[in-house]
Amino acid sequence: MPYTFNTPADVAAMLQAIGATSVEQLFQQVPEAFRMTRPLQIGPALGELELTQHLARLSSLNAHAGQRVCFLGGGCYDHFIPAAVDALASRGEFYTSYTPYQPEVSQGNLQAIFEYQSMICQLTGMDVSNASLYDGGTATVEAVLMSIAALDRRRKVIVCHTVHPEFRQVIETYLENFETEVVTIPHDGGTTDLSQLATAVDDQTACVVLQHPNFFGCLEQAAAIAEIAHRKGALLVQVFDPTSLGILKNPRQLGADIAVAEGQCLGNPMAYGGPYLGILAARDEFIRRMPGRIAGQTVGAGGQRCWVLTLQTREQHIRRDKATSNICTNQGLFALRSSIYLALMGPSGMRQLGELCVRKANYAASRLCAKSRLERAFDVPFFKEFVVRDGDDKVARLLEQGEDAGFFAGIELERWYPDLHDCFLVAVTEKRTRAEIDALADVLVGTLRNTETVHA
Amino acid sequence: MRNRLATNLLSELSKPGRQGVRLPNPDVFADESLSDLIPREQLADAPPPLPELSEPDVVRHYTNLSTLNMSVDTHFYPLGSCTMKYNPKRNERIAALPAVAELHPYQSERTLQGLLALLYEVQEILAEISGLPAVSLQPAAGAHGEFTALLTAAAYFRDKGQPRTKVLSPDSAHGTNPASAMMAGFEAVTIRSTANGQVDLEHLKSELDERIAVFMITNPNTLGMFDRQMGEIAKLVHGAGGLIYLDGANMNAILGIARPGDFGADMMHFNPHKTFSGPHGGGGPGAGPICVTPALGPYLPSPIVARDGERYRLDYDRPKSIGRVRSFFGNTGVLVRAYCYIRTHGPEGLKRVSEQAVLNANYLLNRVKHILPVPQGDRCMHEFVASAAALKKEKGISAMDIAKRLLDFGFHAPTVYFPLTVPEALMIEPTETESKETLDAFAEALFRITEESAEALHDAPTSTLIRRPNEVQAARHPIVKWTKPD
Repeated sequence: MPYTFNTPADVAAMLQAIGATSVEQLFQQVPEAFRMTRPLQIGPALGELELTQHLARLSSLNAHAGQRVCFLGGGCYDHFIPAAVDALASRGEFYTSYTPYQPEVSQGNLQAIFEYQSMICQLTGMDVSNASLYDGGTATVEAVLMSIAALDRRRKVIVCHTVHPEFRQVIETYLENFETEVVTIPHDGGTTDLSQLATAVDDQTACVVLQHPNFFGCLEQAAAIAEIAHRKGALLVQVFDPTSLGILKNPRQLGADIAVAEGQCLGNPMAYGGPYLGILAARDEFIRRMPGRIAGQTVGAGGQRCWVLTLQTREQHIRRDKATSNICTNQGLFALRSSIYLALMGPSGMRQLGELCVRKANYAASRLCAKSRLERAFDVPFFKEFVVRDGDDKVARLLEQGEDAGFFAGIELERWYPDLHDCFLVAVTEKRTRAEIDALADVLVGTLRNTETVHA
Repeated sequence: MRNRLATNLLSELSKPGRQGVRLPNPDVFADESLSDLIPREQLADAPPPLPELSEPDVVRHYTNLSTLNMSVDTHFYPLGSCTMKYNPKRNERIAALPAVAELHPYQSERTLQGLLALLYEVQEILAEISGLPAVSLQPAAGAHGEFTALLTAAAYFRDKGQPRTKVLSPDSAHGTNPASAMMAGFEAVTIRSTANGQVDLEHLKSELDERIAVFMITNPNTLGMFDRQMGEIAKLVHGAGGLIYLDGANMNAILGIARPGDFGADMMHFNPHKTFSGPHGGGGPGAGPICVTPALGPYLPSPIVARDGERYRLDYDRPKSIGRVRSFFGNTGVLVRAYCYIRTHGPEGLKRVSEQAVLNANYLLNRVKHILPVPQGDRCMHEFVASAAALKKEKGISAMDIAKRLLDFGFHAPTVYFPLTVPEALMIEPTETESKETLDAFAEALFRITEESAEALHDAPTSTLIRRPNEVQAARHPIVKWTKPD
């Protein structure tokens, strides 16, 4: 076995020291009736070369974003990752360590978490951030649970229909066993219907969950929605896009009480859905209600500045069933990656990133939706994603043709929004070039032309 | 030789005008004013006040920070309950392949056949190791797996028309157990342990009524003992109509030896970041796949990976499913590493992992028991819990003193003050990927520490960058971010 040390002589010496005659004897406490009497039925052992070849074979059956031009978004994006992010996060001292329970030998990780929290606050304008949660979906539901706990006895949660459909599903799954009503507010032309929202928010409402820019990429009237929530004493939970904050007003300026996000876009690979990074930041007054780990600054016995995990009395290992959440880990390595990314980008990098996304997405929309059966579904300003309607209602076929031509062209919306059965979502990051966008337009619009010809 | 400049905070190193990346100039709509594309009232007045640094600044900062950590790559890390085993480099390289790392979660299934085949095999492998055939790979961590399984149980009982409200767990359980029960909408009830660390059967019986939903048990338990009453416990809980949940934190002791499904568990989670070599990533990410009985299978989260002949697909058509507990498929990157680890070992190799882990733990137990009593006795599974209670009484040396002094000897500390049922607990898990020489050196260090004076030990560690940070001050006056000095 490649990862163990004990030679037969070691084993013999160790058994003798223990006073046992065989390794099997050490398992005596496992009742005979429970012991396996056959080998596990799993594939045979592979050496490193064989394993690498086996994975290469499996991999050849996938097509990835390095081979196809990726216009997929919906919460996970093909952004560029600087080499320094991978190089630094690949240091064993980071990725083979554990939760910093012993601060004296974990100052690297603790300071990295503290700096992550600092940069998330700088990015969002919020007062406090935790050390991260699993992903955007669980960060959102944790913000909802925080709101319910903060506004004791309020039992209504209002969620805009333009919030990521999977985040909405997570909220519903988590709240299933509680007497909490989840009310969904429909959209009107791509953004939340403010009058329906205003009617729904009442003095029983714990929070309004808004995504801005929303799942369709559209910019919401976030400040007005915050105002509607606050008028009835409810909190605003805003799902934000970290890559938008170089140019858009931040959650604090818009009136958010708790800001949450999927942090994949900040230097983390798409990796088929995870692991990712759940960002959660809030106003000061909610610090003791936040779930998960928090690093804090203090002084060592010699008076030096240093860092520890703090406010642990919120957490499960101390409070057990009275904890603010059951979460035990953070996404340390991904918080680290995102910190390195933000440190490399800086203010001007984030502004350029946001600008590139907006310009390229708008260009793509103009190219795709010019003089063809394709049109933009919603006539609303957008950030890096937009919804395209196919006048002929053949979205699946269109996307398949795009794929055959080398493009991950978009995401069908029907599975989440049946009324948008003729629509798909297109995302454009800073990585997409004019040539790629033009080629996509040629394929989709050209495909249409060909199809039309065939039909004629 | 420490570079103290480079480990100043990023914001302190910042200088206006520096930038660590250079992005391309816009090649489209370059002349449009931003406010032509985005309404002016939505635009920020200024970009976020992040630090401004060059790439070498950032590299030197984080490289120096990394050297302030202990890690498995650099040190023996016998943190009980966490299974800090070696993290194979081949797994990292494979998980970073573009055909894994550059897959978008909403790609079409026909472009994902290789990955779906792998994930399907992971489902099958976990089903085989656990003896529980229905698998969900969705949960993001062990605690998340516990919570997901409890939601699954709640849906099952609701469907059967049984309003069961109680989740029981022993006082020696991980804190996540009662916390997960609470989050899933149950009442959490604690069951006492006996002096030798087993479940107090009389107390358990007294709580078994028509309201019991689930009994959560960690077996091998947090003392590193296999609870021999397992058969009896299962009979009692099942007899009352309840389900048994197995906290899989300690699976490193029984791979290929015993299967939870065969000893009475109805549901369990795996911690691939522990059992299947992680890595732990400084506190995450992990993953928390769960395995359940066929009766509970229909209630698991959606989707699961299904196979039709030679084709693999995601099955969303599961009307009884609890829904989703996170966005996207799951922590695929962690699952791919686990797959690599499992396939590297094969059936005999996995069994050998547990055998060697148990051998190492028993050897270390027998090396240290003369110095630090191990209340549970002479035998353990993959870990054991020593107690410094006598030492504290006689010489004033606490478990914390020992933990801190071990750092000076170049060893990470064991888990201390857990489980709560052992006074001055030191929970030690060596794992199978340590040599006899390392275990001997560790035992020797423990011996030398117990010979030192309590007074000197209170000042430990003395060789680390900092020592005994003031945690009370940190909690009383929280400073949780950098702020610009006035």
